[in-house]
Amino acid sequence: MTVNPKISPPSNRRWIVTSIPYLWMLVFFLVPFFIVLKISFSSSEIAQPPYAPAFDFMTDTWNDTLEKLLTLTSDNYSRLFQDSIYFSSYLSSLWIAGSSTVMMLFIAYPIAYAMARAPKSWRPTLVMMVVLPFWTSFLIRIYAWIAILSEEGLLNTLLTSLGIIDEPIQILSTNTAVYIGILYSYLPFMVLPLYSTLEKMDESLIESAKDLGCTSIGAFWRITAPLSIPGVIAGCFLVFIPAVGEFVIPDLLGGSETIMIGKTMWEEFFNNRDWPAASGVAIALLLLLMIPIMIFQSNEARQQEAGQ
Amino acid sequence: MRRLSIFNVVSLTIGFVFLYLPIILLVIYSFNAGRSVAVWGGWSTKWYSSVFENQQLLAASWVTLKVGVLSASVATVLGTLSALALARFGRFKGRTLFSAMVYAPLVMPEVITGLSLLLLFVSLNIDRGFWTIVLSHITFTMCFVAVVVQSRLSSFDRSIEEAALDLGCTPFMTFFRITLPIILPAVISGWMLAFTLSLDDFVIASFTTGPGATTLPMKIYSDVRLGIKPEINAICSLMIAVVTVTVMIASVMTKRQEVERERAERLAVAGR
Amino acid sequence: MSAKTLGPVRRKFAPWNDRSAVPLIRIQNVSKVFGSFTAVDDVSLDIYEREFFALLGPSGCGKTTLMRMIAGFEVPTSGSITIAGQDLTDVPPHRRPVNMMFQSYALFPHMSVEKNIAFGLEMDKLPRGEIAARVEEMLHLVKLEAFAKRKPHQLSGGQRQRVALARSIAKRPKVLLLDEPLGALDKKLREETQFELLELQMTLGMTFVIVTHDQDEAMTMADRIAVMNHGQFVQISPPAELYEQPVSKYVADFIGDINLLEGRVTKNEPGTIILDSEMTGSRIEAVGESSAGMGDKVWFAVRPEKVAISLEPPRDPTINATEGTVWDIGYVGDVSVYHVRLNSGGTMRVSIANTQRVVERPISWEDKVFLTWTPDSGIVLTR
Repeated sequence: MTVNPKISPPSNRRWIVTSIPYLWMLVFFLVPFFIVLKISFSSSEIAQPPYAPAFDFMTDTWNDTLEKLLTLTSDNYSRLFQDSIYFSSYLSSLWIAGSSTVMMLFIAYPIAYAMARAPKSWRPTLVMMVVLPFWTSFLIRIYAWIAILSEEGLLNTLLTSLGIIDEPIQILSTNTAVYIGILYSYLPFMVLPLYSTLEKMDESLIESAKDLGCTSIGAFWRITAPLSIPGVIAGCFLVFIPAVGEFVIPDLLGGSETIMIGKTMWEEFFNNRDWPAASGVAIALLLLLMIPIMIFQSNEARQQEAGQ
Repeated sequence: MRRLSIFNVVSLTIGFVFLYLPIILLVIYSFNAGRSVAVWGGWSTKWYSSVFENQQLLAASWVTLKVGVLSASVATVLGTLSALALARFGRFKGRTLFSAMVYAPLVMPEVITGLSLLLLFVSLNIDRGFWTIVLSHITFTMCFVAVVVQSRLSSFDRSIEEAALDLGCTPFMTFFRITLPIILPAVISGWMLAFTLSLDDFVIASFTTGPGATTLPMKIYSDVRLGIKPEINAICSLMIAVVTVTVMIASVMTKRQEVERERAERLAVAGR
Repeated sequence: MSAKTLGPVRRKFAPWNDRSAVPLIRIQNVSKVFGSFTAVDDVSLDIYEREFFALLGPSGCGKTTLMRMIAGFEVPTSGSITIAGQDLTDVPPHRRPVNMMFQSYALFPHMSVEKNIAFGLEMDKLPRGEIAARVEEMLHLVKLEAFAKRKPHQLSGGQRQRVALARSIAKRPKVLLLDEPLGALDKKLREETQFELLELQMTLGMTFVIVTHDQDEAMTMADRIAVMNHGQFVQISPPAELYEQPVSKYVADFIGDINLLEGRVTKNEPGTIILDSEMTGSRIEAVGESSAGMGDKVWFAVRPEKVAISLEPPRDPTINATEGTVWDIGYVGDVSVYHVRLNSGGTMRVSIANTQRVVERPISWEDKVFLTWTPDSGIVLTR
């Protein structure tokens, strides 16, 4: 038997396929983070670019660098903890993102469940209907809510004309509007992972539970719910992580009471032109999200492996 | 045939009303003759004609479209390569870092991605504008392409590829003659996803843009900040119409393919 | 395996011939229509206590739908299903005295083997000690004591099958339904498991209803077999009767291998039927009764092992004999199958047991051979 040389492992060529996207991600994703890290240790200056580098790796000795690092840490980063605006914006971002994630779970689960239980021929259409609004611009969807929630908007007009309220109530520019905005914009991110785990589930499992004497509701709690946990985890993180750093929703729907970290960072950057402070906020936000991102990734990896 | 329970029907109905009502209202009010968002002043298409007279809006749309097509196309190539590396090459050196870099942007807050890319361009002394937006969009959309393509790759039978290799096809040709045709639907939907994400992006584009390059979301945002304008309703409705028609055509086409395949299968089973 | 010891018990077991016997499961005029497709078409059937009953048929014949109606997963469009005198037509599955073993096994992936087996017992709210004891008993029964703490994905196919079995009999249902229970196992394991299932059914004294498309499986295990096609029963008989006295070409062909010799009736007397066959170029004389009229087109069905093959011409070549050329010989191990091209153009198969290890085979390819059979070796079929 002769060995076909063409079948031998083509590992020598594979590195080309891998290295192109690999290099791209290194240059445009990983390296920028180190630049942000570096700038977050710099001091602010009104110039273009508006920062003075903290260290010059070419001339500084390692000891100098370390010394500078220690002094600078107490400069930019201590502000993150001392300045109450930063601290409270972290807390309120976590709170808003966390509570809207929980609310989202309760809204999205019945929808995903109903989609997974629908006749097979409907399912692609239902998925498409959930995704379709997501294909329209994010700004458009937020803008649509401004028209509904504003003081002279549709909701207030409707409620006044029905005589339910006398005076228009303020919803726009409050945290309520921010919650509505998050729930609305991120709904597909929760519905789709839930749907995909629920839909994959072998229906004979439920039938078999019923066959062994379980009621429909019992079968849901003992079989369906535990088996959909990977979908719940994926959905929660897909909503929670971006929502923590959300800028557009608190900016357009929220008011002065709404403090979220994404907005704070945006203002540091664009309004105060304090790049080092903005970078510090970004790094702190990233550290804050590191753990949830890692949980999300390991969940995804486990799902990928289970599927293979 | 199963029927949906009342509970299921109710949750679907409420869900879809919640999803669609704001958009439908927006479209209806784009035909409002009055300026108000709540008071109906009769049907009119005047806001649509004023959109087409607004040079700034048209210029911004053109920029957005160019950015979208360019970045989606490059991102599709890079994303497909990433997916191949992740789904087919087993464990290679640096795989963990690579998969982390591919998955992280999916959930990374846009403000962080935007800021970090801006600082990269500044420290490399690159003039910011159209091309920096394109580079940024390629970076964050290629990850979405990679995920879409990877899930298709991991679900299809590898023995098909092995059969091609066994029959003497080179790995390179196997990709173009066997793998690519099979994953093509995923690659196309990856492109569409990258394209719409690029059209949609406001935050990253705001960070990485420079003088002269204003995208449509940036224009809409600055108009919205200044207050409700019926013109925005009109341009939004136009965008919705374009997206809806595109998605509908795509889904009808796949649906028809499916129906045809099913019929062929049924005929084959019947032995005709 | 102790299949031999089951013999005497099984041979005597024939409650369907006993007019006074009360059936355990009574299916009366049951139909199931999905949209425009009739899956089960007005069938009636009685299944008796301790019976091992098989529903046999090709895919899409309605056997699974019928079983799912017994389990309660489908509601009949019309008709009724009674188990032990209780009308169950509209009773939901979780309140039926029936358990099912699923084709996919449907093991709960997030629960250990133990927990899977205990599931149904917990649903019945049995005391903890009793559940533990019953789980233990079941694990012992299926020889999986060492695997109690494992999750389903840590088991082999055969072990999963046994967990599914243990789980479905843990509640001691009146009736156990088995949907292609051995379909996912390889051939050797399948044969072993067949006897294990039989033994288990005997010791438990449970009624088993099995759905299968594998005729060997049904023939080996079942007391009675219902052959289904297009949503209807074609024949309900014990295995031997099904094999020896099929009611139609469909059954004859479905169960084992058969030669169908076409001919026209020239004489039909009580006890004897005579056909004129162009296919064999001779007269066929058969023993038995037939409803066929003179000149009707009928088929004489004869099994390959009941046809004799010889190089010498028979004494009377005009009756129950034909001639042809050996076209192919299939060596199956225990038997050799000769494919013979008849002079008329048709084909007949003849199988001869290989009783000697080294055979000095007198018959070879291209040989001109003569085939003969006796009048009682086959049966006349009219449809």
